[in-house]
Amino acid sequence: MNEFSYTRATDVAGAIQAAGAPGAKYLGGGTNLIDLMKYDLEHPKALVDVTRLPLDKIEELPDGGLRVGAMVRNTDLANHPIVRERYTALASAILQGASPQLRNMATTGGNLLQRTRCYYFYDASAPCNKRMPGSGCSAIDGFNRIHAILGQSNACIATHPSDMCVAMRAFDAVVRIQGASGERTVPFADFHRLPGDTPQIDTNLKPGELILGVDLPAIAYGKGSHYLKVRDRASYAFALVSVACAVDVAGGQVREARIALGGVSHKPWRAEAAEAYLKGKAANAETFRRAAEAELKPARGYEHNKFKIELAKRSIVRALESAMGGVV
Amino acid sequence: MDEREGEAFEIDRRTLFKGAAAVGLASTATNLAYGAERLAGAIDVVPKPPPAVAPMDVTLNVNGTSRTLSLEPRVSLLDALRERMDMTGTKKGCDHGQCGACTVIVDGRRVNSCLTLAAQVDGLPITTVEGLAKGDELHPMQRAFIDHDGFQCGYCTPGQLCSAVSVLEEVKAGQASAATMNLENRAPVQLTDDEIRERMSGNICRCGAYNGIVEAVRQVSGAAQ
Repeated sequence: MNEFSYTRATDVAGAIQAAGAPGAKYLGGGTNLIDLMKYDLEHPKALVDVTRLPLDKIEELPDGGLRVGAMVRNTDLANHPIVRERYTALASAILQGASPQLRNMATTGGNLLQRTRCYYFYDASAPCNKRMPGSGCSAIDGFNRIHAILGQSNACIATHPSDMCVAMRAFDAVVRIQGASGERTVPFADFHRLPGDTPQIDTNLKPGELILGVDLPAIAYGKGSHYLKVRDRASYAFALVSVACAVDVAGGQVREARIALGGVSHKPWRAEAAEAYLKGKAANAETFRRAAEAELKPARGYEHNKFKIELAKRSIVRALESAMGGVV
Repeated sequence: MDEREGEAFEIDRRTLFKGAAAVGLASTATNLAYGAERLAGAIDVVPKPPPAVAPMDVTLNVNGTSRTLSLEPRVSLLDALRERMDMTGTKKGCDHGQCGACTVIVDGRRVNSCLTLAAQVDGLPITTVEGLAKGDELHPMQRAFIDHDGFQCGYCTPGQLCSAVSVLEEVKAGQASAATMNLENRAPVQLTDDEIRERMSGNICRCGAYNGIVEAVRQVSGAAQ
């Protein structure tokens, strides 16, 4: 790990100013950044610890939504009564991620910014367009079991590893940000990027900008929403495929659905085609399956991850059934 | 011995061996440099280049006792405990947050000390495995691990113990896990074996003592109810 200076910010303005120093990075729970620094993949010259900033509250918004501070720890977000009751898939998603120790350390802001776990990204000796633009993508012709089937490019097929972000995408969260030039908001859909020909850029956060928190708009049918995570182990492993979904059903018909996929793309993947298909249709397994087919139509797999395409379809069906309280 | 200041590297054997013997270690420069802190009137044995970043004072409050150390910012809490405070109960398994052997309790929550910078926990109360027993009186969880064959080599055990005692606190506080049914209804947690396994899944055991660990947690939790 390289040498770096460490300061602890006591207010947001001070944090942003300290982050202006050359090579400075914000430090949240450290569960990803410190790990990357130990692998010599990140080399900040200065760490600005933002964990003791007054951004650790969860507050109800006047319109019924929820404002989550960036320093709220993953455990606390998952266990908040309003999150459990009104955004159940979000609580479930967080609880299915990482380990209890890591969830206690990880912050909301940090979870948004965590980097891919692609084996080749982590291997400093392997060509990787994310680490070293232009060096090539080792995963495309390598061992690509955990890699993307949607939204990828010839430059990068890495996936975003977060569970929390998949649920937040389904709930149309909005990211609140502050930078040297003031405050702004970014819809969750626009926060993370697809790789395109710039895989080295993960998000649309500008250098030095600090995430203040995430707003969750009100949703009438989030209670009992579901997060299904399919992985090689029963716990403490990343998703091969995951699904966050909420479904509003009346008289056996789908009025509206929210579906987002994890493990399949460089960013949390909103299943807009599936959602559009489901609107006004009968809420049953056949319809769910056809919706899934529509969503996965453009999917493209690689030598070791083609199974994800069928797995994603079945997972969408299973998750929608669970969100409705059982097999339909 | 008095004119060492500014001398590049000259030390007689007697001083070297005295230093090594006092610390009780084979003489590696690093250990002697660390050990030198603990000796009165110690001198640097090996010349160190000045660090690019000045060390900082970090106060670690471990098991009720506060100590201020002069540390580089990049020293992890795990290394501070083991290398600088001689508290080797907490173990380094993977050093990357993937095994849980380094689990300690900071400000009431279990964390992986390998991914925590010591500087981050300045002033916060820290409990390690050394702080579980009261003198010679074992913590009930330690007793249960012995009674239920909850360890073989014992390397993961300190982390397992810190997690296990945390599980009981977390259940008391109503915290859910991935094994908790009906999250949205927020009913009190029933600590089934599935719940115990899921809540302990951040601590892996190469010897496979999992069944005994689950039994131990089950027994202590039953007693607590």
